[in-house]
Amino acid sequence: MTTAQFYALCGVVLFAIGFHGVVTRAHQLRKLLSVNVMGSGVFLVLVALASRATGGHPDPVPHAMVLTGIVVAISATAVALSLVRRVHEGDAGEAPGDDAREAGP
Amino acid sequence: MAILKRTGFAVLVMLLGAGAGAAVLSLPPEWNGLSDTVAARLDESGVTNPVTAVLLNFRGYDTLLEICVLMLAAFAVGSFVSERRSAGLGTGRGAAETSGQGHRGVELPIARPGRVLTGLVRLLAPWIILVSGYLLWVGSHAPGGAFQAGALLASLGVLIVLCDHRLLPRTASWLRRVLLALGFWVFAGFGLVPLMFGQALLQFSGPAAGWVILGIETACTVSIAMVLLLLFVCNARLPSLDADADRARGTGA
Repeated sequence: MTTAQFYALCGVVLFAIGFHGVVTRAHQLRKLLSVNVMGSGVFLVLVALASRATGGHPDPVPHAMVLTGIVVAISATAVALSLVRRVHEGDAGEAPGDDAREAGP
Repeated sequence: MAILKRTGFAVLVMLLGAGAGAAVLSLPPEWNGLSDTVAARLDESGVTNPVTAVLLNFRGYDTLLEICVLMLAAFAVGSFVSERRSAGLGTGRGAAETSGQGHRGVELPIARPGRVLTGLVRLLAPWIILVSGYLLWVGSHAPGGAFQAGALLASLGVLIVLCDHRLLPRTASWLRRVLLALGFWVFAGFGLVPLMFGQALLQFSGPAAGWVILGIETACTVSIAMVLLLLFVCNARLPSLDADADRARGTGA
């Protein structure tokens, strides 16, 4: 196994962990974090696969895509975060989306 | 039953991961992808850093729309906040117009800044601005560019907000909007110019390409920093910081 493949596999594992979290966690904040973990996995796969180039320099196209993706992920997270806050404020007093650990998929 | 369901789903996710892992392992261990294509046309792009060439030139359309997404995200988050204010639920749009009264809600657990943080920020601020400018400039021939420079500038803004948001220069609402949209409009404007000379949209080539890219990147740095800072400021609910400070003063702490 090459280094690139090892990192790509780590990315796949991150993606799977995030996917599991998105489906099984009930709290919106946990879902949001899970989506971010999934995204990080995808970025890691892209960067790892880009490093397979032989010329000494990694493939710049996936790198550009990751740069773009990180910034989009940040802005999407921020919008989702403010939506989550709005949801929590909507029902004053009680906190919806209680940390339901038993929630199944 | 629930535990069965949970285990079943975990197994399903593991199968999914195993499938994706097998797909990754089945890829050839050495593959140049598009790097040869990029290297062949790098001379025409106006920059020597392949990543910048791809971002601003070869795939400029991607980056243009991405700046647009950033701008829209900032407007979306900002509109939540101003809506909240008009509904009497909260206060403050950005750092400029804060009243800090009557705000009750989820508060971020931000500790009151001590002398260490304030002193450190004071010490770091000029360096962060300098490094940000360097990153912007160096992007044409080495790793760096608008995103790194913008993120760094935004980090300075966040640090200042954490110390005391009143330290941020007060800006008029229209100026904030112009700065938010500057990157997108400069990028789109420069992208339209080649159309007048019978070239394709966003086709930057020739001796001026390097300067055009630097101009776009400078505008994008300002916008990215502004967007990231506003995303933080709007979500961080600054008036709560204010209330904390007031409470501390009230109790003489």
